[in-house]
Amino acid sequence: MANYNAIKYNGFSKGTLVLIKTLTASSSGTLSFVDGTSDVVLDSTYKEYLFIFNNIHPATDNTALSFQGNASGGSGYNETITSTFFQAYHDEAGTDTSLGYRTSEDQAQGTDFQQLGYGVGNGNDECASGYLHLFNPSSTTFVKHFISTVQVYHRSDFSYNMYSAGYFNTTSAIDEIQFKMSSGNIDAGTIQLFGVS
Amino acid sequence: MATYQDSRYNIALPSGSGGALVLIKTLTASSSGTLSFVNGSSDVVLDNTYRTYIFKFINIHPSSDGNRFLFQGSINTGSAYGVNITSTFFKAFHNEGDSSTGVSYDANNDLAQSTNFQQLNLDADLGADNDQGLSGELRLFNPSSTTFVKHFMGTNNFSHSGDFTIQCFMAGYFNTTSAIDAIQFKMNSNNIDSGTIKLYGIA
Repeated sequence: MANYNAIKYNGFSKGTLVLIKTLTASSSGTLSFVDGTSDVVLDSTYKEYLFIFNNIHPATDNTALSFQGNASGGSGYNETITSTFFQAYHDEAGTDTSLGYRTSEDQAQGTDFQQLGYGVGNGNDECASGYLHLFNPSSTTFVKHFISTVQVYHRSDFSYNMYSAGYFNTTSAIDEIQFKMSSGNIDAGTIQLFGVS
Repeated sequence: MATYQDSRYNIALPSGSGGALVLIKTLTASSSGTLSFVNGSSDVVLDNTYRTYIFKFINIHPSSDGNRFLFQGSINTGSAYGVNITSTFFKAFHNEGDSSTGVSYDANNDLAQSTNFQQLNLDADLGADNDQGLSGELRLFNPSSTTFVKHFMGTNNFSHSGDFTIQCFMAGYFNTTSAIDAIQFKMNSNNIDSGTIKLYGIA
């Protein structure tokens, strides 16, 4: 009998992957996962949470998929984040490539929404897909780390592969996560929340 | 169909348990020219049953030095593999002699609106020594969409014939609004001597 316990998922963890919630955008300003609301679990039940983005299509051209957290008992999605951001890109014409760090998308003790994938085109077939890992958001001892990779069909007909990671610099539990575009609505797409036990 | 949880614990999942990572198919190479996952064939599911699919590569071993491990998609259940791809590729490397390290973009391995097979490992020797090979994964997002391009992201680590460890990161999209219903893997020349590719669906 095969033992899949030995197989790591996304290289970060092993264990059971449990679907908690699927949100489907329909001209949505925000998509929010709030512990204890609408069957969402975002507490100590799981040590790790995984969000998967599929076909995030913005209403507005050239916008960024972004996220923030809200600490338990807090108000507003404005936790303090320190993060990194780097990317690789290649255009469809085959004339422009790069691998590099982006200081305009990282944060240093900032409270802005963290960009996960920017420059997303709003052409009919353009979108972003990827994932975000959030580690032990219920901890009241440690900062809360996150790691994300997003693949973007850029408005200028580039393939962009974007890597962001960092931490919520708080020892309060994070029990709410919100996603939105940097401008305009999320026209279509799904965000799924999984628990990794 | 076996699931991750079923296989690990050898117990039936309770209804509504929410187990989300489902093993669909395992293919094992044995001097194989190609390994193909075709929706509707040999119990393979590669349609709108799942939004996200993951291929896991375990000890992919070429039959000779100098090979590259490749993949392409099909929009006609494997009649042809050659969908337009635009992609990126970068890698990190380090040799066993501890004299060479680096991380850099690699323009030899990306594609720009090309129907060629996408390289999963660097344009350099995948070693064929008995203990060498490649392991990693490839994620494919919503291949059944008839609205959007189909994004993919992969990472793997392979042992170079010059005794380097090389980690590769490749990502891109099938630039088509037709559904992708088959994925094929192969070496650029010669066979996949041995190794396993597993296909999972995420509900």
